[in-house]
Amino acid sequence: METDLTWMMGGPQGSGVESGANIFSQVCAEAGYHIFGKREFYSNIKGEHSYFAVRVTDGVTHSSTSGADLLAAFDAETVFRHYDDVHGGGGGIIYNSEIERIGTERVHTLDGPFVERLHRRLDESGAERTVAGALQCARSRGVSLYPVPFKEILARLAERTGDPKLGGFVRLYNTIAVTLSLRLLGMPAAPLRNSVAKIFAKKPAVSDINVQAATLAYDALDTYADAASTQAARRLRGPGQREPHTILVQGYQGTALGKMAAGCRFQAYYPITPASDESVYMETHEIIDVIDDRPGSTAVIQTEDEICAIGMTIGSVLTGTRSATCTSGPGFSLMNESLGWAGINEVPIVITDYQRSGPATGLPTRHGQDDLLSVVFAGHGEFPRIVYASGSVEESFYDTGRCFNYAEEFQVPLIHMMDKFLANTVQTCRRFDPQRVEIRRGRLLGEAAAVSDRTAGEAAGAAGDGHDGGSGEEEASPAYHRFAFTEDGISPRAKLGMDDFIFWNTGDESDETGHITEDPILRTRMMEKRMSRLDLILDRMPAGEQALEVISGQAHDHDDDDDDDEGDDRTGGARPITAITWGSATGPARDAVEMLRRQDGIRARLIQVKLLHPFPTRRVAELLQSDGREDRIVVDIESNYSGQLGTLLAQNMGLRVDHYILKYSGRGMTCTEIHDTLKKIADGTAEKREVLMYGA
Amino acid sequence: MALRLADYKTDVHNDWCPGCGDFGIVNAIQMALAEMGVRRDKAAIFSGIGCSGKTSHYINTYGVHTLHGRVLTFAQGAKLANPEMTILAVGGDGDGLGIGAGHFVAAGRRNIDMTYVIFDNGVYGLTKGQASPTLKLGEKTKSLPSPNTNHSVNPIGLAVASGFTFVARGYSYDVRHLKYLLTQAVRHRGLSFLDVLQPCPTYNDINTRDWYAGKDLMKESLERHNRIYRLEDTKYDPTVNYDDQAENNRHLSQALTKSLEWGERIPTGVFYSNELTGPYSDRIRDKIPNYTENPPARQSIARADGTSNTNLEEILDSLEV
Ligand SMILES: Cc1ncc(C[n+]2csc(CCOP(=O)(O)OP(=O)(O)O)c2C)c(N)n1
Ligand code: SF4
Ligand SMILES: [Mg+2]
Repeated sequence: METDLTWMMGGPQGSGVESGANIFSQVCAEAGYHIFGKREFYSNIKGEHSYFAVRVTDGVTHSSTSGADLLAAFDAETVFRHYDDVHGGGGGIIYNSEIERIGTERVHTLDGPFVERLHRRLDESGAERTVAGALQCARSRGVSLYPVPFKEILARLAERTGDPKLGGFVRLYNTIAVTLSLRLLGMPAAPLRNSVAKIFAKKPAVSDINVQAATLAYDALDTYADAASTQAARRLRGPGQREPHTILVQGYQGTALGKMAAGCRFQAYYPITPASDESVYMETHEIIDVIDDRPGSTAVIQTEDEICAIGMTIGSVLTGTRSATCTSGPGFSLMNESLGWAGINEVPIVITDYQRSGPATGLPTRHGQDDLLSVVFAGHGEFPRIVYASGSVEESFYDTGRCFNYAEEFQVPLIHMMDKFLANTVQTCRRFDPQRVEIRRGRLLGEAAAVSDRTAGEAAGAAGDGHDGGSGEEEASPAYHRFAFTEDGISPRAKLGMDDFIFWNTGDESDETGHITEDPILRTRMMEKRMSRLDLILDRMPAGEQALEVISGQAHDHDDDDDDDEGDDRTGGARPITAITWGSATGPARDAVEMLRRQDGIRARLIQVKLLHPFPTRRVAELLQSDGREDRIVVDIESNYSGQLGTLLAQNMGLRVDHYILKYSGRGMTCTEIHDTLKKIADGTAEKREVLMYGA
Repeated sequence: MALRLADYKTDVHNDWCPGCGDFGIVNAIQMALAEMGVRRDKAAIFSGIGCSGKTSHYINTYGVHTLHGRVLTFAQGAKLANPEMTILAVGGDGDGLGIGAGHFVAAGRRNIDMTYVIFDNGVYGLTKGQASPTLKLGEKTKSLPSPNTNHSVNPIGLAVASGFTFVARGYSYDVRHLKYLLTQAVRHRGLSFLDVLQPCPTYNDINTRDWYAGKDLMKESLERHNRIYRLEDTKYDPTVNYDDQAENNRHLSQALTKSLEWGERIPTGVFYSNELTGPYSDRIRDKIPNYTENPPARQSIARADGTSNTNLEEILDSLEV
């Protein structure tokens, strides 16, 4: 890749860091670059430090790197938090020159442990405890500084518009900082103005002021910064090579749009970070345009708690409506009892779980993949469920469609694992294709055959009463039994309100009709009927949807652009690395393994497990052994303390991984830190358990 | 085909204690459904957990026996997705006013068009007689080791304060009156609440059938002195007649005051009725104009070839760079 640089901007929460980053990402994406942006923020509404790191590349990437090439700072805290992130030798800091004299004691949002570390660093370098001191340290490492007096730009804006109030309108600092950044990176002015106008399209007055501020700021760089240093700055080498039909998406839009495409028409939720963005987005688009039919809609209901959210979801699914709820760890914990009810009653609800760091409220706005085992084992008693995890935003769109199919075909509750890292990623990816979303409803009665069932052909249908799924109009059946024993254990599923398909449900054990039973023989058979679903899932779900080799260890694989794999030979007799991962760790792991292969010539590959429960032992074993090497080093990469995927590997396959790369600081993994650790593993200098910590 | 009372009965063995007040309530529900001619496949009984929770198994309509305290959550989801259904949620006083009290209040605020019936027996029947939220302070029912240390909740008052738009009380041994109240409640447009006084002969030895009949109040004379009376027999007017805040406030306060009456005289009948506050579906329709004709459960989601029929082009266009 010719272009691969990371731009970072920080500021107090509520100061427009996010909209600034949106403008930046939009401009770069429109110019044809790929974007991978991530947002970090405190559990706070106004004042605490938040920042965005946007990686701009001319090829596809799946993660952030450690560090930044250009930092834009309009407040002191951003400098204190990130001056050390900026790479020496080509890296730069654009900042509001009015903040230079601010000392650490004046920034009250700098928390104790951080201030201690900061002071130690500054003191060791002999720098004063001010913004100027921090900047001095950066400069001594070869970072270029671009001081710009932001107030003067506002003053000129006030003058030009004849509106003196604008002279103090610091809300515009984000737009100014972004503009200066783009100017330094060599972006032309016109697309910038367009993007600003587009982002504020709904508020014409705001848009106008922002466009004017951007225009002034664009020219200001030459006025304030010396030409030599701006010339030396790293630039975007363009134009980027964007494929047609690229979209710029926020992480939560993948599952939201996926649900809309999948025909999910009911979603109940209780607000929680980072899950509620999805529901709010769905409600914003609650009216749905339907091909060749009247408009549809999604009823998005905000409930009094997560217990109600899952209860309503179950009630809605009983009417035959595809329905979901979306939550995070604390909410999921409250849903446990009802999850079991859905399990024993074979109700195909979908729960989207945007994990964050726990336990309790943990780090409410920070990343973690620490709920895997809790979800796999959630609820008392034994019942079948599916736990499925997506590794990227693009994947999450198509996976959401599949999740509804799995849930309905196997008549089990399904938990779709997402997380904060994915939710708060802003990324370019191929335009989602709703045409590729198949709707398979399993043995749901009263559905047209085409939308029904890939399991139907193989299935024996209901015992006795002659019904099977997907046969269009159903005949009245006084003998309908919701939980009829069938050959494969899946019974035809009626909906509330269907003529003559009355059924009963109960959280107690039940007979075939759904009435309570405590009969020991019936209980045993019912348990077996339900639990046999787990093997059925593994038999019927396509292997490629259970787990996949994201990067194969073969010499001639389909790498992104070149086939430069002779590098592998440089490994000589060294043991090859097999990295294994799940969920959002896949992106950074993928880039890291790719770096290891290309930059270091080490033979390495990556396996991603998507189906976490029932555990696809056969498929994973096949993938593991496909390299034909007994001496492979297996490395488990995930964002939690105990290596929960590793636990599942041990439990289900007796496999003990050789190394863990773990992170539980609440910050997402970068490809850089995984790559560094993989190198240590290849060198034989790594600990069994390596813990990553990058990120403010 | 006209439906008869028998059509609403299942042959599931009923295991309530002999003489339990629950029998009268189930009978009244079956009678009300038959009288209104509600089709069996267009009605669903949702129930909580407790002795009362078994109700859904005894009625031959769709029946969903849920979890302790959660009956309203399941029932509301079903009604929202398929508004054609006639939905009754039933459960114990512990279920609805103890563990499920949060849902009770939230449901009132939504005012979804369905009916909620609480079997008010003052005890936790199925767990062997502990104090329920409606048992009065200081009372000691049979299986309590010592007198109740909590104040009781006022179900009628709580319903009125939470936003239920039809609030009534029945008595499980007055089945005909109860049936009458149920038909009113089901026909009401909005969330209706019925507090049904239900003697539990096994565990509640205070609020017994005889107690409600006022036997203890019979002094020298052998004249009956029934505690229970009907609001219909008095000048009480529960109905909010015109859409006006003051009119509504008057009826709310009246209902609240009436709900405090307890002891020698216990009112039954309709305490509050307001159809001028529209049900939740009106509010959905404000946002989704064709919600009634095309609710979630009615919508087609796939094309003939089995792929999605959702058109996301406009949204995706706006995301394209
Ligand atoms: C979460 C949970 N906690 C406790 C129980 C045990 N439990 C079963 S029934 C019941 C109380 C029933 O009392 P009430 O709701 O008044 O119904 P009744 O039996 O009196 O009709 C309790 C506490 C349960 N089933 N679930
Ligand atoms: S315990 Fe009480 S409420 Fe339960 S069935 Fe027996 S009499 Fe009825
Ligand atoms: Mg009770």
